[in-house]
Amino acid sequence: MSIELPVFYFLAAITIGAALIVVLGRNIVHCAFSLVLAFFGVAGLYVLLDAEFLAAVQVLIYVGGITILLLFAIMLTSRASGPGVRILNEQLGLSALIAGGLFFLLIYALWKGIPALAIKVPTQANVPTIGRVLMTSYVLPFEVASVLLLAALVGALILARKEKD
Amino acid sequence: MAADYAYVGLFLLVGILFVVFTIEVLSRLLRPSRPNPEKLSTYECGERPIGGSWIQFHVRYYLYALVYIVFAVETVFLFPWAVAFHRLGFFAFIEMMIFIAILLVGLAYAWKKGALEWV
Repeated sequence: MSIELPVFYFLAAITIGAALIVVLGRNIVHCAFSLVLAFFGVAGLYVLLDAEFLAAVQVLIYVGGITILLLFAIMLTSRASGPGVRILNEQLGLSALIAGGLFFLLIYALWKGIPALAIKVPTQANVPTIGRVLMTSYVLPFEVASVLLLAALVGALILARKEKD
Repeated sequence: MAADYAYVGLFLLVGILFVVFTIEVLSRLLRPSRPNPEKLSTYECGERPIGGSWIQFHVRYYLYALVYIVFAVETVFLFPWAVAFHRLGFFAFIEMMIFIAILLVGLAYAWKKGALEWV
């Protein structure tokens, strides 16, 4: 199990490096593609945590879906990037405050732990476990998720329609 | 269990190295390099390229991507259900049918609004 540590550092370096390019890159399309790499790094971290299902979802939804959506959103806008584009705006102070607060919250959670959020980690194959739990204990959130998806779909259709008229 | 994925990592690494090696090293040594403006121009089905590649796409593409994501998320929920299905019985089947039915309402709405038609 000693190999896990270098693999973790490797994946963490890929994720953080790609995320830095996302934030600091000047070509917004490069940023979007760098985001793909960051998502892959996170998927690798999930695999390292034995959360294979989550890793598959990460690749399927985030790499396959969200990034496509982002790229389409970029292509929808008229030229919004280039060498002269500013990557900072006047919200810098506020966002630094929020990011710093979140950082300290995460550090605190890592240090002390939040007991209310602690759950038992399943040890065996987790896809059947997720399926069973989703169909028994968490059936209401599961059905609510479909309503949420429905709302997203209808909302997107209405917004796109308004755009056209 | 994560150790099984070492193979995935190995394949990934070999795949990336293979591409990088063939394109950046091997091909650079073998290919002649005689560029001219004609060769360097963007390939556009044999036509002369007009304007920049960064044009404003229609909102319809975005709509298709959104519909894709909604149904990709639905598919993600189908996976654990299918794997655990033989142990869960009939009630789980009903639950999933409700889930799909709610999303089918969305599909029917999109269909009726003509979002699936290309104009």
